[in-house]
Amino acid sequence: MNETILEARGLKVHYPTKRGPIHAVDGVDFDLRVGETLGVVGETGCGKSTLGKSILGLLPPRTQVDGSLRFRERELLNLRPAEFRKLRGEEMALIFQDPMTRLDPLMTIRDHFLETIHVHRPDLSKATAIELAAEALRSMGIPRSRLNHYPHEFSGGMRQRIMIAMAVVLKPKLLVADEPTTALDVIVEAQILDILRDLKRAYGMSLILITHNLGIVAEVCDRTIVMYAGKFAELGSVNDVFNTPIHPYTQGLLASTIHLETKELRSIDGLPPSLLSPPSGCRFHPRCTYAKEVCATDEPAMVEYRPGHFAACHFGRDFL
Amino acid sequence: MTDAPILEVADLKVHFPIKTSAIQAMGQKVLHRLQGSRAAVLDDRLLHPRVHAVDGVSFQVGPAEILGLVGESGCGKTTTGRSVLRLLEPTDGKIVFEGEDITHRKEDALRPFRRRMQIVFQDPHAALNPGMTIGQAIMDALLLHETHDLAKAKDATLRVMDEVGLTPAEDLFSKYPVDLSGGQKQRAVLARAIILRPSLLVADEPVAMLDMSIRARILELLLQLRNRYGIAYLFITHDLATAKFVCDRIAIMYLGRIVEMGPTEAIFRDPKHPYTRALLAAIPIPQPGLVRERTLPHGEVPDAIFPPAGCRFHPRCPVALPTCGWEGHDFVEYLDQRRLHPKQAAADEAAIGEAEGWRSDLFEVRRRVHGQDPAAVASYVRSILPQATEAMVKAVVSVEVVEDEVVVRFRNPDPLLPKNVEGRLVECLLY
Repeated sequence: MNETILEARGLKVHYPTKRGPIHAVDGVDFDLRVGETLGVVGETGCGKSTLGKSILGLLPPRTQVDGSLRFRERELLNLRPAEFRKLRGEEMALIFQDPMTRLDPLMTIRDHFLETIHVHRPDLSKATAIELAAEALRSMGIPRSRLNHYPHEFSGGMRQRIMIAMAVVLKPKLLVADEPTTALDVIVEAQILDILRDLKRAYGMSLILITHNLGIVAEVCDRTIVMYAGKFAELGSVNDVFNTPIHPYTQGLLASTIHLETKELRSIDGLPPSLLSPPSGCRFHPRCTYAKEVCATDEPAMVEYRPGHFAACHFGRDFL
Repeated sequence: MTDAPILEVADLKVHFPIKTSAIQAMGQKVLHRLQGSRAAVLDDRLLHPRVHAVDGVSFQVGPAEILGLVGESGCGKTTTGRSVLRLLEPTDGKIVFEGEDITHRKEDALRPFRRRMQIVFQDPHAALNPGMTIGQAIMDALLLHETHDLAKAKDATLRVMDEVGLTPAEDLFSKYPVDLSGGQKQRAVLARAIILRPSLLVADEPVAMLDMSIRARILELLLQLRNRYGIAYLFITHDLATAKFVCDRIAIMYLGRIVEMGPTEAIFRDPKHPYTRALLAAIPIPQPGLVRERTLPHGEVPDAIFPPAGCRFHPRCPVALPTCGWEGHDFVEYLDQRRLHPKQAAADEAAIGEAEGWRSDLFEVRRRVHGQDPAAVASYVRSILPQATEAMVKAVVSVEVVEDEVVVRFRNPDPLLPKNVEGRLVECLLY
């Protein structure tokens, strides 16, 4: 169970721009275990989507990537694009936020499936490929009679189910879902989350779930990462992070989340920093109510405060 | 505080016609004639299809009251919000604002009311003109409606900017939207909306585009402004948690209808309508390890062009009754569902042919039988019916053969009227 499928060490992703590099992901370490669901939460621009894209090799050209990212004992960062393409779809797959923009409006669902399957398994006959597609669709509650339909003939929730079916049709070992339900309504969202949970159980897939919604993380994930301005603020089991958060940012984020039990509104003062010139020391210090001098000068390391529960805060011990 | 409501809406309907060309309409007619024998009169719904975005909603908003319109996308909440301000033309019904019927007023007769009713949109980035400074944008409303004295207007603008937390106001006055963060832009939009001291503000998803850590502050600001100026809000949102925090009363909308409306506290403590219950059960809660018993409604919100008969939630409702409006369309859906199981799909196809052959017309669904014994098809239909939803099975009146067609008939639904249940209105036959 504790076998690792993905291992990141000192992972950095910098986007070069005219005004200097954007430090979207700035030196992060984590392991993903086989069969585990790992959440990545954070606000707009914290680098969570960049992290997902770097795993799948979908970063734009000329992006600077440093460190190490190993997937099933293979270093991903020096793979050639063709090798990455081979990996994507077969061993790892991605589910995007907006399914409509990812489906070709001029292609039937059958053609989408055939294309995906053919790239990776040219040995399969067309009939076998269609069988695989129909089975994947059926597991998402869509009858095979709809293989001949075009994307616009489906509702939003169905499109997302088709995307998931396409992602899992070759039974990948790792699935990265970037805000998979953000474009959907709550009831459909709950349906999709149920599907993701079932999939994980059925195929023993590892799942990285990137979202801004803390409720989804609590319901679906085993462990979670909290990201702030390109860095990890906290990493631990969902229970530890939600019930006994250590990093002041995690505390603030949890307190400001409006949910059904909310009695009092809280918010975090200030704004997330620009990733062009992030603050010195702890990136959260300008907004942190507990900040002391050292926070502005020294960058805090990730410290294991409880078994498996890490936080990057100089005063983490005070919040135990 | 007077008791007279600021806004009264009665049986509001907003339908959007779908453009069909004359040829298309003629084609429909011909097709219909060819297919059916009794197609002398073609259903108006088919000839002139319309999106039933809002289909008979009634509510009131009292002074300084916050009424939440809550529902999923496509339920008609935004259309309702816009049409009460006459930004969209109502198809039917009545809108009374501060005691005056404004349903049919012409635009220039409406203008004196405009300053008393304002709207805040979801996307603050799109709501501000990028070529106008923040100060200009806010001041514009004042110059249009109230004064031509620039110095006076600027004074008032700075004051209002202070109030909404756009500080230092002097600095931000000459800034452009691009220099502001999302939260600040939404504050500017709010400042522009309240500078004329409206009595009603329609707030359409005002915090949906903002990050969690700043949402709370904008909501607090909305509450402060209500307390200070007695502004009534029509608060439109898909987020029940936000609605719970902000609203005095809540109206839950589904497919153009209000299904439940009452005091926020009562609705969250003890939701009555099955749809409200489903919505509440579906919200993810940031509390790990919480195990919840829930049955999610199957499927998705149906098409508002042909909304389901009777209660619009009945096809998805876990506790539907035979009287809720079961119709031909539900039967076709059921056959479709059976196709998910390869064995059933094969058996169905062998016995009754492809699913596409059925034509539903409200409470009747029929299919012409080619090259098979219609009686055998009818008896096959009878044999697979009992595996459908019990309420639907009980709603079937007959399965019979008429000439060369198999016809399944459903009972008529019971009339559905909003009923007063424990201090709130519920539109559901369970009560």
